[in-house]
Amino acid sequence: MITVSHYLVLAAILFSLSVAGIFINRKNVILLLMCIELMLLAVNFNFIAFSRMLDDTAGQVFVFFILTVAAAEAAIGLAILVVLFRARQSINVEELDSLKG
Amino acid sequence: MVTTLLFYAFASVLIIAAVGVIASKNPVHSALFLVLAFFESAMLWLLMEAEFLAVVLVLVYVGAVMVLFLFVVMMLDINVERMRDGYTRYLPLGLVVALVVILEIGHVIWYRSQNLPFLTVPEPNPEGYSNTRELGSVLYTEYVYAFELASVVLLLAIVAAITLTMRKRPGLKVQDVAKQVAVNRDDRVRLVKDDAGTETET
Repeated sequence: MITVSHYLVLAAILFSLSVAGIFINRKNVILLLMCIELMLLAVNFNFIAFSRMLDDTAGQVFVFFILTVAAAEAAIGLAILVVLFRARQSINVEELDSLKG
Repeated sequence: MVTTLLFYAFASVLIIAAVGVIASKNPVHSALFLVLAFFESAMLWLLMEAEFLAVVLVLVYVGAVMVLFLFVVMMLDINVERMRDGYTRYLPLGLVVALVVILEIGHVIWYRSQNLPFLTVPEPNPEGYSNTRELGSVLYTEYVYAFELASVVLLLAIVAAITLTMRKRPGLKVQDVAKQVAVNRDDRVRLVKDDAGTETET
């Protein structure tokens, strides 16, 4: 019998895998963006699982808005990435030190 | 029973795809694994009877966002080998952090919520139930303000993406309508005297 806990644990595994992905791919901006997409997906899993469990549509509305914002974020992030690559010929995080921060 | 088998099948492929995203050598492979992960998630959302969102996930993410990702990954000329310096250096740290996060969340989920009454699985929705209709009936009434804001966010994303990536190259020939309208006769016509003494417009 599949309970809601199964979905929550699956979402937790997905989330922690993407956290690990951010740690091990910390030089490649594209992979960082992909890991963020994966994290948002895991969060959406939680929302849908609780929406199903409590029989409340509000959770699914939230997922709808998260998808909207994630799409906007991906579009702007990739645009910044393209501009960055044009300016520096590289998307390596370690070389992005012109601000000396 | 069938649902259980389907859940485990989809969940295992989803986790394999997630591992593929973070462990692939080639960013193109990562993007394709991410497409697989989105597909499997859509299947799992169908199992949870969130049909509309499952279809939206496939249409918006696989159809639009991931194509954008693949386009950017393939357009940029990335030195893959240099990107993976320090990959093995941070691998143990990443695994430890992932394990800690899994254990913490798993602890909360498994041991603290075992006998809560609301954690039961509800009955499947009756035949003829429309998830889309249900979602629309709250989206356009209760959450209409947030819906409008979401459309503004998308508009902002369009404007931001276009203004960021548009560039002015030297030597590009473009029309300036205001200049064309404001032109005078004297800017265009010059009177030249020829040998015979008659004035000719050039």
